[in-house]
Amino acid sequence: MTMAKPCPAAVGATSTPARPVYEISGLSKTYARNRLVALDDVTLTLREGEFVSVIGSSGCGKSTLLKIMAGLSPPTRGRVMLEGRPVQGPRSDIGIMFQQATLLPWKTTIENIVLPIEIREGKAAAKAAMQKALDLLTLVGLGDFAHVYPGELSGGMAQRASICRMLIAEPAVLLLDEPFSALDELTRDFMNMELQRICRETKATAFLVTHSLAEAVILSDRIVVMRARPGRVMEEVEIDLPRPRTLEMINTPKFGAIVAHIRGLLDREAAE
Amino acid sequence: MTDATQHIDAGEGDTVWVEEVSLIDSMPRWLAMGLLFVVAVGIWDLVTRMGWVSPIILPSPGETLADLIFVGRNLFTGGYMLEALWTTTQTVFWAFLIALGIGFLLGVLVGETKFGERAVLPYLVAIDTMPKVAFAPLFIAWLGFGISSKVALAAFIATFPIVVSTAAGLYAASESERMLFKAMGATRMQTLLRLKLPIGLPYMFTGLKIAAVGVMAGAITGEFLGGGKGFGALIRQSASQMDTPRVFALILYLSLLGLLLYFTVVWAQRRIVFWNKEERAGGLG
Ligand SMILES: Nc1ncnc2c1ncn2[C@@H]1O[C@H](COP(=O)(O)OP(=O)(O)OP(=O)(O)O)[C@@H](O)[C@H]1O
Ligand SMILES: [Mg+2]
Repeated sequence: MTMAKPCPAAVGATSTPARPVYEISGLSKTYARNRLVALDDVTLTLREGEFVSVIGSSGCGKSTLLKIMAGLSPPTRGRVMLEGRPVQGPRSDIGIMFQQATLLPWKTTIENIVLPIEIREGKAAAKAAMQKALDLLTLVGLGDFAHVYPGELSGGMAQRASICRMLIAEPAVLLLDEPFSALDELTRDFMNMELQRICRETKATAFLVTHSLAEAVILSDRIVVMRARPGRVMEEVEIDLPRPRTLEMINTPKFGAIVAHIRGLLDREAAE
Repeated sequence: MTDATQHIDAGEGDTVWVEEVSLIDSMPRWLAMGLLFVVAVGIWDLVTRMGWVSPIILPSPGETLADLIFVGRNLFTGGYMLEALWTTTQTVFWAFLIALGIGFLLGVLVGETKFGERAVLPYLVAIDTMPKVAFAPLFIAWLGFGISSKVALAAFIATFPIVVSTAAGLYAASESERMLFKAMGATRMQTLLRLKLPIGLPYMFTGLKIAAVGVMAGAITGEFLGGGKGFGALIRQSASQMDTPRVFALILYLSLLGLLLYFTVVWAQRRIVFWNKEERAGGLG
């Protein structure tokens, strides 16, 4: 386990640092409505194929950071670069997923999955993407549910479908805001392992907001620990557990040590 | 063991709890409704038979039935009553259509634009709190004693619930659904047509059901106050002749028109909002 304050590029096992995909520097956000400083001088780099999680107390600005990275909300100061181009609005190379699956109930599962294509490029392009959507559904084990309405899917199945919807446009990065926190614990563990597999197979760069320490440690190459009021990066923790990760690793001493360290950081902040 | 449940021993160590089903729950709906009907008519008959109430105020069930048959025969043989019913049907139909059109457009204006929400909505709320029937003399003065003044009053009454429910429907899309559409780069029009309107449909249908009731009330009030050839005028005529059984019979047939309109809306809702399961479960929609 290597711990690095604002990350000198000592990347765990692979010694050649991968190409940076997201470059965030000096990012601040003050909500005009209530003059609330949600983010203060956040600097962060995501490298290609990397899985990074953010953890921190409620209200420390995690969702705000994610929305700015997605181009859904403008920053007050600082800049966000994705693939060398500044993010100035929603982009098709950004895949995003929220806590709720939000599948449209009047469209079948597969129609929901091609929706981003339909919105951006029209009906014909959406039709052409149907086979790809079916492949994605098969990848997450929902091949038989393509033509079913979302009302008939369970919570976990709906979230798997919304993973497919996120992946259909082949985004370079995945931004995930507590995607599985509405699911029960068993389904959630399963979904996390699925997510790991999908990220490996699609070589995606992922950024996960979560409240679960165990989830963050088991999935991530690096965990960004944030503190609140104002939202700042407290520390970045490299997780050098071997890959692929399994749920059994939760019982290893190394896992325990990492969790204890991060919990210490969060407790110390809470005590202040 | 609680009061509501019986405790039965079925073999060793096996306990089976049988929930007691009340009589009314185990009865089919038609039977329960029929029973209530028989009891109500029985009381009604008793009251009139004993002469407790003057027949001008409350005619006996027998007299009412005789008039029901008389009016029914007139309607089915294409008599003057059918013509009156047809006039009222046309009034209701056009008023509902106009209310739907205007109500929907105003609802979108209020629900989708800042201008509508800030500038138009306060006026709508102010007008909505007025007793709208009071506008009837105005509509008659403007449009005369023909069908159009009744259409106007009925449409006027029915428009407001549609505006309110349409606007409420447009607000119904959740934060994450809006975020999703924003992230997909959807235009405002796309977000309106593909997200907000479909999400709002169940709300709009609730407004349409209220409007269906309002449009009937408006049409009949218009015909009471403005004369003409509709069913309302017929009712008023019979009432002024103290022909109470006839009034009862006419109201019953009139209510069929109201039911037809209401259940047309319910039927349309089931066809269009096919994904909304809760709405389906409700007995009368
Ligand atoms: N649209 C907004 N307008 C004003 N203030 C906001 C807005 N959105 C968030 N905030 C405030 O900014 C701060 C950070 O919010 P944010 O949603 O980013 O927190 P979070 O870390 O995601 O919290 P949680 O873990 O509860 O999801 C909070 O104090 C919140 O009240
Ligand atoms: Mg959040």
